[in-house]
Amino acid sequence: MEALLSLFITAIFIENMALAFFLGMCTFIAISKKVESSFGLGLAVIFVLLVTVPINNLVYNYFLADGALAWAGLPDVNLSFLGFLAYIGLIAACVQFIEMFLDKYVPSLYNALGVFLPLITVNCAILGASLFMVERNYNFTESVVYGAGAGVGWALAITVLAGIREKMKYSDVPAGLRGLGITFITVGLMSLGFMSFGGIQL
Amino acid sequence: MNALKNFMHKIEPNFMPGGKHEKWYALFEAVDTILYSPKDTTYSTSHVRDGIDLKRLMITVWLMTFPAMFFGMWNIGYQANMAIAGGLEMGTGWRETMIALFAGNNPASLWDNFWYGFWHFMPLYAVVFAVGGFWEVLFAIVRKHEVNEGFFVTSVLFTLILPATTPLWIAALGISFGVVFAKEIFGGTGKNFLNPALSGRAFLYFAYPAYLSGDAVWTAVDGFSGATALSVAFDQGVINGMIGDISWMQAFLGVIQGSMGETSTLAIMLGGAVLLLMGIASWRIVLGVFLGMVAASLLFNVIGSDTNPMFALPWYWHLVIGGFAFGMFFMATDPVSASMTNMGKYYFGALIGVMTVLIRVVNPAFPEGIMLAILFANLFAPLIDYSVVRANIKRRLARVSA
Repeated sequence: MEALLSLFITAIFIENMALAFFLGMCTFIAISKKVESSFGLGLAVIFVLLVTVPINNLVYNYFLADGALAWAGLPDVNLSFLGFLAYIGLIAACVQFIEMFLDKYVPSLYNALGVFLPLITVNCAILGASLFMVERNYNFTESVVYGAGAGVGWALAITVLAGIREKMKYSDVPAGLRGLGITFITVGLMSLGFMSFGGIQL
Repeated sequence: MNALKNFMHKIEPNFMPGGKHEKWYALFEAVDTILYSPKDTTYSTSHVRDGIDLKRLMITVWLMTFPAMFFGMWNIGYQANMAIAGGLEMGTGWRETMIALFAGNNPASLWDNFWYGFWHFMPLYAVVFAVGGFWEVLFAIVRKHEVNEGFFVTSVLFTLILPATTPLWIAALGISFGVVFAKEIFGGTGKNFLNPALSGRAFLYFAYPAYLSGDAVWTAVDGFSGATALSVAFDQGVINGMIGDISWMQAFLGVIQGSMGETSTLAIMLGGAVLLLMGIASWRIVLGVFLGMVAASLLFNVIGSDTNPMFALPWYWHLVIGGFAFGMFFMATDPVSASMTNMGKYYFGALIGVMTVLIRVVNPAFPEGIMLAILFANLFAPLIDYSVVRANIKRRLARVSA
């Protein structure tokens, strides 16, 4: 239990997807103008990670890993080269499902997220979490916790960034830096603030 | 005085749009408004008038760091002269030449200690002020905004949280990062979201750890090595009411090693009390930081740990060691980077207090936590305000519709 809790905390703060690994930057920067929509996107990412990381864990352990097909009588088959293809396919299906759900039940959020909702499919934070899961040999329970933690961490980071950017409406940024430039600098400064967790061993 | 005023009046047209020194208006304006109150009046309708403007506010904060600053200079000298009395050589260099010219190395002498510290604090402060001022004026001239006294505060706070042995070029680099990246590119004072002095310090901390942390940097004598109260506490905890050979009273008065201006809780509280009474520093934030720190340290006391003595460190020790008091009174209360709403200020403060203790206790990489805790809370300040405003709107809507 304690190990799972520390895995969760580590995934949120210490190994924050956005601010420690700089994954998922495209949506992170594009959908962080308003707190409301970034919070919504954050929830969507949490959901996608919570679903896809455990599913990919099962797929890896029972189909792709070296010797995983032993249950089908094929102990010598190693399909791990199909990893990327399988993970991204599953992620795409999952995102498609969320999109249809939001379109029907939360149209305001659906409109606010626009093209970036289908783009979650190719969000590197999502694929990254699945790859980290494989690389670190998480079991099924760990992958559920890790997926939730990585999602919460990313959602937290994008909401905080949106809060700062709403405040920055009153800033007077030099013309050449307006828009993307200042956002990159802001994200850099944010990860300086998140450095306070670096070095914590849980 | 009148002659000066007339002179300023006479040269004023040169700096106005169309004048021959139009480019330097920002500098002229800075000097003019420091000397005399500006004659501009509000020309639109209603406005709130208060005797305290940004300029006076910043200069008050600057003045209120003086107790900590002067005590700091004495303490640098005291620590160094004690080390020299213990058998170390003073070393040779331009600082030492100046020190030896007018003072000895007697740790019991007020003047000897002060003069020793003066030659370690002042060069750093002068460099920080000049380099930071250069960026401030450069941006003011190019971007046509006014030179702001916020810089007085940033430069003195930045200098006070450096160790006495910081090389001048590192100080220059740190203040450049703080002023340019944490403040000026967002448009200057009031438009940034991180505390510029702390961002500069954090930048140096991660970029040049060898010059700013460890056991050898705190006392300004070559070859002296001694752990700070915080790192001793991290290794041994409190034994018989003492951390190493430091008693609580020593830590409270500040006769310990540490960054230049942050050792003496007493001197900081003197300045801080004035800021609180004048309403310049928000008492809500200070209270929040204090209560957050007390709550978190009590929690760790209860949890306890066999391997980490920091868990058992009581809150009144957390208050006096490291930079806690300085951060609480001078850094957390920065009106720009803190939360703006009254309710948000409690949460903002509490977040700092809790995070400080958390970093001090569970993070072995960083002995001191308050600097990073404040930066971390700065990030959350806009979101805290947002939630507070949202909650207010919701409550009032419920009242109206009920």
